Amino acid sequence: MVEHGDIRVVHRGGSKINFREPVLSHDSRLLLCASGECVKVFSSSTEECVHDLQGHTDLVTGVLLNPSNHLQAYSCSADGTVRLWDFTDGILIKVQLHCHHVSVQPLSVSVFSLLMCMCVTLTRLLSSSQGEYIASAKGLHLEVYFFKKQKFSLKEDNKKGAKNTFTCLSCHPKDDCIATGHEDGKIRLWRNFNHKREYTYSTLHWHHSAVSSVRFTPEGTNLLSGGVESVLVQWRYNQETQKDFLPRLGAAITHIAVSPDGELFCTAHSDNKLTVIQSCVKVSAVIQGLVKGESVRTDLMVDPRSKALVLNGKPGHLQFYSLQRDKQLYNLDIVQQEYIHESGLQQFEVVKAAFDTRGNWLATVEERKQKDSTLELNLKLWAYDEQTQSFVLNTTVSGPHEARITAMCFCHTADSQTTMLVSASQDGHFKAWQLESNHYFYEGPFWSCDFVGAYHSLVPECCCFSADGSLLAISFQEVVTVWSPASWELLTTLSQPPGAIRDLCFGRQSCSKYLLGTTAKNLLCCWNLLTCTLEWSTSMDVSLLLSDPLSENMAAFCSHAGCTDLFVFKPSEPRPLFSHKAICSGKVTRAVFAPREEMLESCEESSQWLNRSQLYFLTQYMVNIPLVIDDSVAVTPFYLLLGKHRQQQQEKQDRSFSAERNQLPQGSVAIKELLHTPAHVLPSASFLCSMFVRSLLISEKKSEEEEMESDKEEESECEMEASTMGQGQTAEAQETAAPALTKAQARELRRVKKLDHSWLSSLLDS
Amino acid sequence: MGEFKVHRVRFFDYMPSAIRAMAFNSRTERLALSRADGALEVFNFADSYFQEKVIPGQDGRAVEALCWVRGRLFSAGLNGEITEYDLENLRPKYTMEAYGGPVWTICSNSQGTHLAIGCEDGTVKIFEVLEETIRFQRNLDRQKGRIISLSWHPSGALIAAGMMDMIKVFNAESGHATHRLLVERGVGASKSREVVVWSVAFLSDHTIISGDSAGKVQVWDGVTGTLVRTHLVTKWDVLALSVSRDESSLLAGTSEGTVVQFQFISSTVDQHDKEWVRTRTFKNHTHDVRALAHTDTAVVSGGMDTQLVVRPLLEKVEKNTQESALRKIAFPHRSLVSCGKKAGMLLFQFHGHLELWRLGESDGHGKPGDSLPVKRKPEKLIQLKRKGDDHICCSALSPCGGWLAYSTISSVRLYRLQYNGSNISITKVAKLPKVLRSAHQLCFSSDSSKLFASTTHSSVIIIALSQSECKYLHTLRPKSGTRQPVHLMSASEDGKWLATANSDCEIHVYSLHKLKLHCTVPVYSSCPTAMAIHPTTSNLVMVHADQQIFEYSLVQKEYTEWSRKLQKQGLHHLWLARDTPITHLTFNPRNPAHIIMHDTYMFCIIDQNLPLPDQKTLFYNQMTLRSLPEPERTSHSHSFKICKTFQHLLCVSLLEDHSLVVVERPLLDIASQLPAPVRQKKFAT
Repeated sequence: MVEHGDIRVVHRGGSKINFREPVLSHDSRLLLCASGECVKVFSSSTEECVHDLQGHTDLVTGVLLNPSNHLQAYSCSADGTVRLWDFTDGILIKVQLHCHHVSVQPLSVSVFSLLMCMCVTLTRLLSSSQGEYIASAKGLHLEVYFFKKQKFSLKEDNKKGAKNTFTCLSCHPKDDCIATGHEDGKIRLWRNFNHKREYTYSTLHWHHSAVSSVRFTPEGTNLLSGGVESVLVQWRYNQETQKDFLPRLGAAITHIAVSPDGELFCTAHSDNKLTVIQSCVKVSAVIQGLVKGESVRTDLMVDPRSKALVLNGKPGHLQFYSLQRDKQLYNLDIVQQEYIHESGLQQFEVVKAAFDTRGNWLATVEERKQKDSTLELNLKLWAYDEQTQSFVLNTTVSGPHEARITAMCFCHTADSQTTMLVSASQDGHFKAWQLESNHYFYEGPFWSCDFVGAYHSLVPECCCFSADGSLLAISFQEVVTVWSPASWELLTTLSQPPGAIRDLCFGRQSCSKYLLGTTAKNLLCCWNLLTCTLEWSTSMDVSLLLSDPLSENMAAFCSHAGCTDLFVFKPSEPRPLFSHKAICSGKVTRAVFAPREEMLESCEESSQWLNRSQLYFLTQYMVNIPLVIDDSVAVTPFYLLLGKHRQQQQEKQDRSFSAERNQLPQGSVAIKELLHTPAHVLPSASFLCSMFVRSLLISEKKSEEEEMESDKEEESECEMEASTMGQGQTAEAQETAAPALTKAQARELRRVKKLDHSWLSSLLDS
Repeated sequence: MGEFKVHRVRFFDYMPSAIRAMAFNSRTERLALSRADGALEVFNFADSYFQEKVIPGQDGRAVEALCWVRGRLFSAGLNGEITEYDLENLRPKYTMEAYGGPVWTICSNSQGTHLAIGCEDGTVKIFEVLEETIRFQRNLDRQKGRIISLSWHPSGALIAAGMMDMIKVFNAESGHATHRLLVERGVGASKSREVVVWSVAFLSDHTIISGDSAGKVQVWDGVTGTLVRTHLVTKWDVLALSVSRDESSLLAGTSEGTVVQFQFISSTVDQHDKEWVRTRTFKNHTHDVRALAHTDTAVVSGGMDTQLVVRPLLEKVEKNTQESALRKIAFPHRSLVSCGKKAGMLLFQFHGHLELWRLGESDGHGKPGDSLPVKRKPEKLIQLKRKGDDHICCSALSPCGGWLAYSTISSVRLYRLQYNGSNISITKVAKLPKVLRSAHQLCFSSDSSKLFASTTHSSVIIIALSQSECKYLHTLRPKSGTRQPVHLMSASEDGKWLATANSDCEIHVYSLHKLKLHCTVPVYSSCPTAMAIHPTTSNLVMVHADQQIFEYSLVQKEYTEWSRKLQKQGLHHLWLARDTPITHLTFNPRNPAHIIMHDTYMFCIIDQNLPLPDQKTLFYNQMTLRSLPEPERTSHSHSFKICKTFQHLLCVSLLEDHSLVVVERPLLDIASQLPAPVRQKKFAT
C-alpha cells in the first residue's frame, strides 16, 4: 500500500436539506436547516448559502432558535451533542454533551428551558407556547403532559383502523388547541383536553393522503398543512371552511416552518427542496438541493459544456448540478408529461442518459413498466442549442428495443464527422444509431438506426467505445466482442471464463491498447488488443470500474466486508498509483471523474492522478451524505482559503475520520465568514498585503490564525502557492497540534473575528 | 339447528316515511317522533330505545313540530291545528284551530305553563296550558312574513322567533319586539333568495343561536342584538338545532345529512371566557337531517332517510358498553306481517292499505343452501284500501286464512275471505258488536273461532266468529287498573290461554275457558317485545327490550327451571349487545324444545335441551360447528343457534308444513326509493 499523504474523502454536498423542518430567523432573513452533519444557513431572499455551521460529527437531527437570544440557534445531532451557534456570524458558542443518548430525536423548546426529549419512539413532540404542557403523538395515541400540575396524560386511540394514525402535530400558540395530522388525510383540532374525559375535537378534511405536516402561524390565526399533494393549504383558525391553497409546489411537502413574525413560511419538499413562501401565499424563493430519488438510475455524468454533474432528479427530469457551488443549476424535462402526485402510480422514469464528448448531444432513455402491460420505452436524442443554451429535443424513438436497455454510449471520436450512439438491450440486440444529415421528408439532421447486431442470441450487458472510436467492445455475458464501427465487422472475441462481464472499459491515451473488464466472479482482467491476449488479471471484487477521460488512469472500487476500497492504477503498470482502504462504509453505487477547471501541478506521486480531474462518488448507505469528493485536503486554513492542496504529512495514518473532521469545521466557518464579507468593504490589496506580511511575523500559532484572515484576496493565489511550498515545514509542525485544538481554536476564531471587525472599523475611520 | 324449507319473501314493499320532528322529554326519557305521514312514535330511551307507542297518522295531518309539556305531548302542523295526544289510548285527544294559517313551530316555556306557536301569517300566539286543555291567551306583535322557528328564553320572559331574513326577539309579557337581528343571505346565486331561519335556540345567558338556509350557524348576543360568530357549516341548509340541557353543547343538522356539534369551551385552561367552537361532525344520514335531539349522552337525529340514529357521545358514556354503540332504528319494533300458518298466506300492513299474498310453492329438493325452483309463484291476492282518513294501526289474519281484520283509531273492520285455489272473494262483516270501536291489537285464536281485540285500559274484547254472525262474548279486564295500552297479545295454540302485555310492562294471562284473569307474571322492569305460549307445555316465553328471556309456567304460576337457570347463569354478552329487539317468537311443533325468535339482523333457534353458553364460549358458532366432524359437534354446541343469512327481517314464522317464512326488507331497497339527496361534490368525481 502506498502512502496516501494528503488525499482524503471530503463530503462535498448534496445532503438532504429536507431532513428536518427548516427554521426561519426572527427577522425572516435567514433560513436554517439541518443538512447532513452541518447546519446550513441560507438567505431567504437570495437563496444563497450564507454559512455552513460545521461541527457535528454525525447527522444533525434538529435545529431550533434560542428563545432567549434571537441571534442564536441550538442544534442537536446523533453524535449526542447539542451545540449553540451564533448563526448570523456562523460561530459555535457552546457545546453541551449528552453522551449517553446516541440519538437525539425531535427537539423542542419551551419558554423556560431547553427541553430535550430522548424518546426515540415519539413521532412528534411539541410544547405549547406558554409552556404549560407538552404534547406528543405516536401511532394511535396522543399524549398531553402538563408541567404545572402533576403529569397527566390523555390517551386516545380513536376507533379502530390504522388509518387514524397520527403523523404530525402542532400546538396553537395562544389557545389550548392541538392540531394533529393523520394518515387518512384528516386534520383534527383537539380542544378541552385538560379535562380527563371531556376532550373534544373537530375534523378538517382536504388532503386525500396522509398529512405530513401541520403548523400554526405565530398569531394562531392560520393553520398550514401539507402532504403528498404538494399543495400548501392555509386554513383560517375557527373559520375552517375558508381556506387558501398554494398548489403546484413541485413535490410532496415534508415539513412546514413559519417565521416567528409570521411573515414567511417555508416548506421542505421530498425532492430536497426548500420553498420560501410569503404569508400572502406566494412563492418568493426556492432553494434546491441535490435531488435524490429512491435510486440514481442514470449513471453519474459530467456535462462537458457546463461541467455540471448530471443525474436524474425530479421524476422525469435530468438535473444539472454544480459541484463547485453545491447547487442545482437547472432541470431538463425529459419525459415532458405531467407528474401526478399520488403514491403507487407507475410513471415514466429516466433510466439511462449519455453525453457525447463535446456535449452536443444528449441521449436519454425513459421507461414505464405498469403491472400486466408491456414495457413502454422511449429513446430521446437532444441537441444542444447554442442560442437557448440548453438541450432541444431532436429525435424521439419510441420502442427502440423490445426489452430494457442495459447500456448506451456515444462514440468518442475526435473528429465530429459522424456521431454514433450504441444501445444494448435485454432483447439480445445492440443497435447503432447515427445522425443522418438530410432526408427528403424531414428538415434538418435526425437520428436513425444504422446497424442491428447480435451475438449468439446472448444478452448484451455493457458496451464501450475505444478512445479513438475505432473499436466497440460489447460484452455478451461471459464473452467480450470487439467490433469495428466503421464496417460493423466482428473483429475478435475475448473470453475469460468464468463469470459474466460486469464492467467494461477501454484504456486511454498511452494505454489505449488495453481493454479492461470486471467479472461477476471477482476478477479484474486486462486484455491487450494488439495481441488479443489476456495481459494480466487479478482477483478482486470490483463493484465499479471507471476511467478518467483526461488521463490513462483507471479507478476501481472494491467492496468487501461492508466497506469499499479505492484503487487507482494505470493499466500498463503493475503497481497501483493510489489505494485507500475503507474509503467509506457501504457500497459505492456510482462514481465519476470530473475534470478540474484548472489543472494542478502536483509533484507528489500519489496525488498526481488528481491533477486533472476529481473523483466523485455516491454511496449507498450514507443516505444523508450522498456525494463525496476524493481530493487532497490539508487542514490549515490556507488550504480552505485557496481551495488547493499542499504538501502535508499527517502524523498518523490510522487517524480516524471523525478526528480529522473535528478540526476542519472551525477553520472553515471562520474562513467562510471572512470570505463572505462583501468585497466593497474590504481594504485595498496593498493595505492587506502589508498586514498579511506583518501577520506572518508573529509567533507560530497566532500567525496561522492571522494569515487566514488577511488573505481574503483571490488575486494573491499564485504567490500564496509559492509561499505554501516554502512553508511546508512550519505547517507540518503546526499540524501536530491541530487536532487537539477544537476548543482553543474556537476561542481563537472568536478572537480573530473581533480583531477582524476592529480593523475594518479602523479602516473606515481612516 | 335443523333444516327448513325457507320462503324467502322480498315482496313486502314496506316504506317507512321520513322523520319530520322530534322532541325529547328528559324527565321521562321519552323521545317523541313524528313522521311525514303524520304518525307519532314514542321511544323509551331508558328501556333500550324501545319503541313503546305508535299513534297512527291521518290523511291531511302533517306534524311540523312537537313539544312536550311535562308528560303531555303537543304537536302543530301545516293544517293550522294544535293537537294534544292521548298517550294512553294512542289517539289525538283534541285538536284546536290556531286561526293563523299553517303552524310552523310550537314551543313551550321551561315552566311548562305556556305554549307559543309560530304561524304563517306572522303571528306568534301564546296558549296557556290548562289541566285538560289549552287556551288561547294572546298574540304577540304581528310581523310581516311567516314565523318559522321559536325559542323561549329559559326565564320565560323573552321569545326569539326565526323568520325570513331575520330573527326577532319578543318580550313575552308585553308582546313587543325588542330586537331585530338581520340574517345575512347566502352568497352568489342565492343572494336574491331570502334566507329562512329554520331553527333558533335561546340560551340562558341571552345568547341566541340560529341555523338558516344559507348554511350558517350564527351566534348572537341577545342583550345587544349583535352578531358574535358565524360558522359556515354547509353549502345547503341548516335545518335543525338542538342544545344540550347544560347548554355546553349544540347540534346542527344539515341537508347534507351531517350533524355538526358545537361546544362551549374556554380557549385556554385558566381562562373563563368561553366561546362556541365547532367540534365534531357526525355523518350518519344520506339525506336531510330534519329533526334533532340532544340527550345527556347521545345525539339523536332523524330525517328524510327515515332512520332514527342514536349516536352516543363517547366522552359521556362508558366505553365498549351497550350504551356506547351507534344505533340505527330503521324498522318499527312491532310486527307488520301476520301469517296465515295453515293457509300459507301473508298479510302485509301498510299505513294506507293491506296486502294479502299467497306464498309460492316448490317441489324440488336440494342441498342445504340451494335455492329451489319455484313451481308456483307467489301471488298478490288482495289489496285492501282502508276507509276514512285514519291510518291503519293494527291488522290480523286468521291462521286458516278465512278472516281478516284491521283497525284504525276510529273503527275496526272484519272481512270474511273465501279462497278456493283460484278465486278469492272478500266480504265485509257488516255487523260488528258496538263495543268494538277501535283496537290497539288484534289477534285470532288458533282455530280462527275467536277474535281478540284489545281496547282502552288494557282490556280485551272477545268476539266469537262464525259463518253467519259474529257475537260479542266477553271483556277481559286486568286487575291492576292500568291505563296503558296493550301492545302485544298472544293466544295459545290449544285455545286455553291468552296473554297480553302493556306499556307498563305488565303481562296478564287470561284463561279463555273460565274467561277470567288467570295470573299476572311478575313485572319486570323492561318492556316485553315478544311473547308466545308454548303449545304443549303451556309455558309463556317472553323476551324483553333489554334482551332478557323468561319462561313462565302458566300451570305452576312460576318461572320454569330453565328460566331460572338462564337468569342465574346470565345471557351471553354478545346476545345482550344486539341492538334490535326480538319482535316475533314462535315454536317448532316438531321439536317442542325449540323456540324460534328473530330480530332485524338474525333469527335464532333456542334449544332448551342443550347447555347454555357461558361468557367464554364462542357465541356465533354455526360456522365452526359445520367445520367440525359429526361426533365433536355435540360437545361444542350450545342452546343459541343463530342464523344471519337473512338480514333486515320483518317476520320469521313457521308454517304448518314446517317450512319457514322469512320476510326481508333490504335497506338498500328502501334507500333506492328515497328522493335524491342534495348534490354534493365528492372527491375524485
